Amino acid sequence: MAITLKETDAVVVGMGWTGSILARELTKAGLNVVGLERGAKRMPRENFTVPSVRDDLKYAVRQELFQDAQLETVTVRHAPGETALPIRRLGSFLPGTDLGGAGAHWNGMTWRWLPSDHKLRSHLTERYGKNAIPPEMTIEDFPVSYDELEPFYDKFEKLCGVSGKAGNLRGQIIDGGNVFEGRRQNDYPNPPLTRSMAGDIMDKAARSLGYHPFPCPSSNASQTYTNPEGMTLGACEYCGHCERFGCEANAKASPNVCILPALLADQKFELRNYAQVRELVYDKAARKVRAVRYVDTRSGEEYEQPAGLVILGAYVFNNVLLMLTAGIGEPYDYQTGKGAVGRNYCYQVSGNSVAVFFADKEINPFMAAGAHGVLIDDFNGDNFDHGGLGFFGGAWIQGGTTNGRPILTRPVPPGTPRWGREWKEATAKWYNHAFGIGASGCNYAHRENFLDLDPTYRDALGRPLIRMSYNFRDNDYKLAEYLGGVLERLGRAMNPTIMGKVNVKRGDYNVVPYQSTHNTGGTMSGADPKTSAVNRYLQAWDADNLFVMGASVFPQNTAYNPTGVVGALAYWSAHAITTQYLKSPGPLVHA
Amino acid sequence: MTEETIPRRRFLLGAGIAGTAVATGFNQTEPAAAQAAAPAAGAAAPAVAQPEPLLALNETEHAFVVAAVDMLIPADELSPCGSDCGIATFIDRQLASAWGGGAKMYRSGPFRKGKPEQGYQLALTPAEFFSAGIVAANAWSRKTYGHDFDRLDPDHRVEALKAMQDGKAEFADFSSRAFFARLLAITMEGFFSDPIYGGNRNKAGWRMIGFPGLPATYINLYEEYRDKPYVVEPRSIADFS
Repeated sequence: MAITLKETDAVVVGMGWTGSILARELTKAGLNVVGLERGAKRMPRENFTVPSVRDDLKYAVRQELFQDAQLETVTVRHAPGETALPIRRLGSFLPGTDLGGAGAHWNGMTWRWLPSDHKLRSHLTERYGKNAIPPEMTIEDFPVSYDELEPFYDKFEKLCGVSGKAGNLRGQIIDGGNVFEGRRQNDYPNPPLTRSMAGDIMDKAARSLGYHPFPCPSSNASQTYTNPEGMTLGACEYCGHCERFGCEANAKASPNVCILPALLADQKFELRNYAQVRELVYDKAARKVRAVRYVDTRSGEEYEQPAGLVILGAYVFNNVLLMLTAGIGEPYDYQTGKGAVGRNYCYQVSGNSVAVFFADKEINPFMAAGAHGVLIDDFNGDNFDHGGLGFFGGAWIQGGTTNGRPILTRPVPPGTPRWGREWKEATAKWYNHAFGIGASGCNYAHRENFLDLDPTYRDALGRPLIRMSYNFRDNDYKLAEYLGGVLERLGRAMNPTIMGKVNVKRGDYNVVPYQSTHNTGGTMSGADPKTSAVNRYLQAWDADNLFVMGASVFPQNTAYNPTGVVGALAYWSAHAITTQYLKSPGPLVHA
Repeated sequence: MTEETIPRRRFLLGAGIAGTAVATGFNQTEPAAAQAAAPAAGAAAPAVAQPEPLLALNETEHAFVVAAVDMLIPADELSPCGSDCGIATFIDRQLASAWGGGAKMYRSGPFRKGKPEQGYQLALTPAEFFSAGIVAANAWSRKTYGHDFDRLDPDHRVEALKAMQDGKAEFADFSSRAFFARLLAITMEGFFSDPIYGGNRNKAGWRMIGFPGLPATYINLYEEYRDKPYVVEPRSIADFS
């Protein structure tokens, strides 16, 4: 039997970006908040120090900071009707764990959605006609507009000290920034990082083709910066150990650096580590979540924490799992198209890339930041005319390096053997003379891509694993072929000594090679309670005291890395809770 | 097997000495280019032919691993051979580590053969996988060439590895392609990871490509070395400790 604890005002499940932001905003509003984190308490001063943090094998290859698949994973099948099998070793995506979550080891690319991304279905319908969107493409409008979210994008950018250059400042279009972005009230808090050699080459090539290159909006601070929480970030060291690593310089924005020191000093907040949430205690009649049950993994003791307000800030799969196992919201049924929870699972169409080799240029790939490339958005979202193309959506396209760590990064020209004398010669010759151009493509929802509970496989707590029914679809393959053409043009415009083979995403979804940890959907935010799990304030339609954070609320995935949107939405939801919900607890949107 | 262990061990010891001679020759005769800033460290490399104490591999497995990594990373002017770079030691220690024992792998059944895109679906830990794979590879090698893999001459070893890489080596109840993929991956990990794990001895992998190892920071060097080669003595975790 679980030991019942004293009720608290609010309990937060998962202490990554969203859990930390919500806990901070709620304690500021006067609430007592308990934060439950399944992993250890990890703080930069103890855990991210030189030299041990620069261990490529431990962090990048053996996955030190990621979810333990022995305890929790998901099963995957390409289509309903097939048998899903568990991902036994993480590969395609790498969810984080421990205090700070994936926010401790991301690369720091920090985006806003395009205004048209916020109203995708109506935008495409207006521009291309009411029959343009295929019936199986279940994309939706996001129920919060760009203009509504803009102040919260701004707030999250200030929290992180994002380094970048505005391309649309209060309507003024600025060359050298992203000219396609929505109107922003403020420039980025910090100037862009210093452009790399590879970035120079990308910039020149893109301009020669008439495109609009700009520096990556980066949560690797270009200079020392103190955020509105009073937390100080150091300047990026260009150390080349960013994604998959904690930051020794405190330059990469993370919950651990940007917000947790303030939160942990607040008497109204209590952090409980090693607290693995098993289930939500749901009172269906009252439409409330009464408590959260969790296991202390150090003692095996199970606790029930009652709370007035429950914030789900776990990763996508656990948000969906906790909703489904509690019976909150109707599970999605792909055959009827009815139901909400598990609907519109999306991913990322990545793996489109080309390597370029320059005999006479020294790239020094190891001197690099995580979010450091030069990009173009000319082929992103609906920034280009899709008339007659047969697909919707696009990609950001980036040239540059993020690291030169040689276990995983050592490009060789096409045709080079993978081992032996010739491989050694080519690797030694080209290691310092190459970089990549890559395209991260959007992934639009499909009726048969969804999440539900696996009937066979269970996690360490005895719960069903989330079952992913997922494959790339016609829209994704056509998009990838199109991007291949753009990559080809960009590569040629650089006039490299050798140009690699253009890789284009083809074939079925493969769980083995790393692609992206941008899993989205499953607890979609929408205007219709029949098809969405949460309303525009991220409040569950079927439990007014439950708010669901993170990319699980996306109706589809844009090309952009989700953290900027996820952070802005956390502030948006926190604002609604503190200014509306606490004054009058109940549904904020009436169905 | 008992009769065979002792001669195999002696054979290995001889091979080790020969390999070290190649390595030493490399260090003495290759002054500039790849080694520019590192002559002292190169010359200081110990010429030790002591048999390595083993944690996970038995003698047969160790002989296989040495024979394989010396073909994957052959000795030449760019680096010593794989085993002289410590890669066999690295593999032994990795297979004895928590990772080798299946840490962070989901290992609940039922175990079913899936599509390749569903990833690894065996119950075997990495240590068990290599152990079973080496048995299968040696059985195939005996059937094909009349000897265990480590007893083949270098040309036949290369041919055998290519057959495994292409999945043309027909192992009994084991995928030669999957076995080779893991063998190549762990070999590269051993060639390029920090020397703290026993591989990349004398930072040979890093020297070969000009990877400077760990920085404290590049913030003050970033502009200075734009489009210029950054040639330094590579630094590892131990150098900072």
